Amino acid sequence: MQNNMTEIAENPSKDTYYSNDLQKWGAEIKNKDISLKELVFNETGEKVSLCYQCGKCTAGCPLSDEMDIAPNTILRLLQIGSKEYDRKVLSSYTIWVCLSCETCMARCPKEVDLPAITDFLRSESIRRHLANRKANNIINFHKAFLHSIRGSGRLYEFGLVIGYKLRAKNLFQDVLLAPSMITHGKLKFIPAKVKNSSQIKEIFQKTINNNRGGK
Amino acid sequence: MARIGVFICHCGENIASTVDCGKVAEISSKIPGVVFSTDYKYMCSDPGQTLIKDAIKKYKLTGVVVGACSPRMHEPTFRKVVASEGINPFFCEMANIREHCSWVHPKGEETTQKAADTIRILVEKVRNNEPLYPIKVPVTKRALVIGGGIAGIQASLDIANAGNEVILIEKEPSIGGHMAQLSETFPTLDCSQCILTPRMVEVAQHPNITLMSYSEVESLEGFIGNFKATIRKKARFINEELCNGCGDCTLKCPIKKIPDEFNAEMGKRPAIYVPFPQAVPNKPVIDKDNCTHFKNGKCQFCKTNCSAGAIDFDQQDQLITVDVGAIVVATGFTIKGTDFFPEYGYGKYKDVVTGLQFERLLSSSGPTLGEVRRPSDGKVPKKVVFIACAGSRDPAKGIEYCSKICCMYTAKHAMLYKHKVPDGEADIFYMDIRAGGKNYEEFVRRAVEEDDVNYIRGRVSKVYEKNGKLIVRGVDTLLNSTPVEIEADMVVLATASVAHSDAESLAQKLHISYDSYNFFSEAHPKLRPVETNTAGITLAGACQAPKDIPESVAQASAAASKTIALFSQDLLTREPIIAVSNKSTCVGCFLCQSVCPYLAIEREEIKDRNGNIIKTVASINSGLCQGCGTCVAFCRSKSIDLQGYTNNQVFSEVSALFERSEEYV
Amino acid sequence: MKIGYFPGCSLHGTAPEYEASLKLVAKAADIELVEIEDWNCCGATAAHSMNRMLSIALPARNLAIAEKMGLEEVVVPCAACYSRLLFALNEFKLDEKVRMNLQPIIETEFKGNIKILNVLDFLEKYVMDALKNKVDDKFKKKAACYYGCLLVRPPKLTNSERWDDPLRMEAILKKIGIDSIDWSFKTECCGAGLSIARTDIVGKLSGKIIEDAKDRGADMIVTACPMCQSNLDMRRGAINNYLKKDNNIPAIFITQLIGLAFGYSEKDMQFDKLFVPISFSNNNFSNNNDNLKMQKSKVKEVKV
Repeated sequence: MQNNMTEIAENPSKDTYYSNDLQKWGAEIKNKDISLKELVFNETGEKVSLCYQCGKCTAGCPLSDEMDIAPNTILRLLQIGSKEYDRKVLSSYTIWVCLSCETCMARCPKEVDLPAITDFLRSESIRRHLANRKANNIINFHKAFLHSIRGSGRLYEFGLVIGYKLRAKNLFQDVLLAPSMITHGKLKFIPAKVKNSSQIKEIFQKTINNNRGGK
Repeated sequence: MARIGVFICHCGENIASTVDCGKVAEISSKIPGVVFSTDYKYMCSDPGQTLIKDAIKKYKLTGVVVGACSPRMHEPTFRKVVASEGINPFFCEMANIREHCSWVHPKGEETTQKAADTIRILVEKVRNNEPLYPIKVPVTKRALVIGGGIAGIQASLDIANAGNEVILIEKEPSIGGHMAQLSETFPTLDCSQCILTPRMVEVAQHPNITLMSYSEVESLEGFIGNFKATIRKKARFINEELCNGCGDCTLKCPIKKIPDEFNAEMGKRPAIYVPFPQAVPNKPVIDKDNCTHFKNGKCQFCKTNCSAGAIDFDQQDQLITVDVGAIVVATGFTIKGTDFFPEYGYGKYKDVVTGLQFERLLSSSGPTLGEVRRPSDGKVPKKVVFIACAGSRDPAKGIEYCSKICCMYTAKHAMLYKHKVPDGEADIFYMDIRAGGKNYEEFVRRAVEEDDVNYIRGRVSKVYEKNGKLIVRGVDTLLNSTPVEIEADMVVLATASVAHSDAESLAQKLHISYDSYNFFSEAHPKLRPVETNTAGITLAGACQAPKDIPESVAQASAAASKTIALFSQDLLTREPIIAVSNKSTCVGCFLCQSVCPYLAIEREEIKDRNGNIIKTVASINSGLCQGCGTCVAFCRSKSIDLQGYTNNQVFSEVSALFERSEEYV
Repeated sequence: MKIGYFPGCSLHGTAPEYEASLKLVAKAADIELVEIEDWNCCGATAAHSMNRMLSIALPARNLAIAEKMGLEEVVVPCAACYSRLLFALNEFKLDEKVRMNLQPIIETEFKGNIKILNVLDFLEKYVMDALKNKVDDKFKKKAACYYGCLLVRPPKLTNSERWDDPLRMEAILKKIGIDSIDWSFKTECCGAGLSIARTDIVGKLSGKIIEDAKDRGADMIVTACPMCQSNLDMRRGAINNYLKKDNNIPAIFITQLIGLAFGYSEKDMQFDKLFVPISFSNNNFSNNNDNLKMQKSKVKEVKV
């Protein structure tokens, strides 16, 4: 990882919080031999082998009918550990539509921290360029959100919405809610800013550009 | 001069694969005092034993060291061999070169060397051994059985039928236990009460059985063959001798709305009550906490209506001490409720019931007289969802283990429900079906194939109420993990079987060990499954782990046979591995007395000819002493020795390690 | 008495009424809320979806500043921010690697000694006692207390008892004379972070919540999170679209109700900021029809 860090530091790309240059990730290529479940364990401390496939996570998930792969099946695919299944997991829509409502974790009889695993799978999916195309809206929103706070340190809703729309190429979505938000004093045109904004940029530089950020 | 023989066992490949047994025999032959040494493939086999016997004769041996497995396995074997040749058996020692050596080390010279060292240590010990003679203690041929469920009933009957006295104590007002609450039993569907009540009556009528209901163990002293148990006979406020069991009092009691324990709180009972019609003994009990008389002294309806004059409000708890030779613990289990389960409503939905409650709804002696009616509005439920593993196999909120009986009783519940409500639907959410028992799998298949019970593989995430229905949110993991939402009229939770809340304190009273779940521990999981680590105390039924009826009964009979075997002897033989005090050097500090876990150390006054006390010294009761050696370690004046493991022996064993020199190797 | 205060972006953006009411409630209870200087966004779902260390560092900077300001406790009214701040603090305490690496990233010393309160912790600890004798007849309305996800989950992190059926808001509201209904969607997810990217999902999830509250006779939904409140209040277009009928049950912040109990006006509590109107004055509860019609016209949304 060390080499890799200096490389990034020398060559910071514009949109690096989602790095898309696989060549940069020397360690990444080495890691390709490690199965995803081992990476999950290394980065989150979660053992997918704990799961005994009772399906309670799926049963309680508010979004399981939106998902292409059921939450418990994600864990099953990880348990098998084949390259094909790992790829299937990382390119699933499931990991993006998850709301992190933590219901699965709270009810899991084996206390598998599926939300933490999902967070990791998301960043890994982007890293490996496997993110599901159907999730573009969601990923664009995350990117716009992070872009907004990377710039000013705080969320600027109007800026976020505009930024998101540009990324999502859907200018008309939601557009009719905005006027009433403005009349209710809920949408501001001038962004609030953190004074020490360079510190915020540093935080982004030192985390998201750097490593997986796992345990 | 000691003449010691050393016998090295290969234990097939167990020892010989890593230890050079021939070499060990060769090294051993050079230890001073060893006059013969050899190795053999199976020393415990008949030819192996003969080999030892012949060597004792031929070389006039005075002591034997067998290098083989743990003394826990074959010490009795070899000591008998030695004794048969006229040598005191305590001159035979085993050097454990299997568990302590070959199994835990790789093949190599060092491993062989360690085996040889182990032999040397034991040779030194044998050299310092003294002849010891087994201790004989008398046996009280009366058993105490704790718990009057099916296991306790079976154990009591078996022991009593062998001609021994039995005291059966039960903490509830009647014997019968959980089995009396069941409707039908799997896999035969015979009526539980019909097969149980004859046994209950047999207990009541048996001349050798003294039944003490509404009683609990207060304390226990003593040791195998000679226990002294104190029993608290709780005041039931009824003179049992006068009471004729007419039941008038229970009808007249103005308090009628107390949740009925026997009906798993599905019905109501008065403050003076008999738990169920076939109760044994058929004597009522007054629930002091709910009785108006005890609350404010205003009501005596039961007393004025008792023609036998049996009501005694002044009755007190009685403490009764009994001498018994053996104890069978059969205290059973309880179920973990549902109030701890967030996702099933913390017990707030009336129509979410436990398996035991459903059992009462199915039972013809239950609150609905056997009609399945839901508690909230008394309607017959047309859709019942059963949830297996509601607490079991759930380390997060319940218990880690499988409760074992739920798969079967859930299949039975669904089946009985379908028999009673033919147009109803029964869905069972399960994770695995564990039906490993005689005719069990066939029973489950019958539920599916003949009674149309719908099994859905998946756990339920949430149950909530909506418009008088219970919405059950689950998943079908066999259908691509499709979420399933069922509108049910009633939900039955197969709750976990757990130890009683007072199991831990009972175990401490009885000095028996228990596991992390507070189930009582057997002495060996495979080979001593009914004995505890405390000699004379055996286990029967679900107090050891969740069990079904056939298993509980089998274990009860096994515990009884252990007890009967014990009672077949007039005198008990105990190993003489006990502590002895040297009364001339003892300074009477009694530190030993304060540390002895078995209360085996007494004060003995040494008197002169005129009867004046010279000093008070420690004296060890050979019946109580378990040979743990704690007193030896604490004795400041080195006045206590453990027979068979004297200070002298232990020191010479340790010194033997330093005497190793290269010439042996 | 001074307590640290982390408003988070929502209270300065889409939920000004939450901030205004919280501040006045604190004032009434004689508590001074000291805003963390130069605070930054907690990173929300976007940060933890993309990088774990980023999701720890952003909240940690705020906590470090609060510590530096000498604050022992910080109240975080937004449930989402609360969860992220608590997560960061927890990871800091439990993960040695985080402790080692955090310092150079946030460039501020952090000891991890600060205590984080959510709005219910705050109300229970500092406001409950001041609510004695505040029972008011005008409050004779049925509330559906809605906790959402992150006030209670994951239970190990939030340390909440009865996380699937919490009763804390109910107890607080009882103090001012509001009875609550027993319902089953207290802790179901409203759709939260997908508000913009998948508004249809918000419509569905929030719709189920609103439907259940209404079916069980609630007059209002009481919330303690700006994300939940905005979804339940502002997303009526998507919700009504899902439910295929109009619903006018209001969704209000718990602090707005408590403020009224303390004697502040509905204007003080910025009731005008709510999309679905509600009023307790003159027994004219909520459904001023003209007003409603006017509001409804504003709440039309485009289907995604």
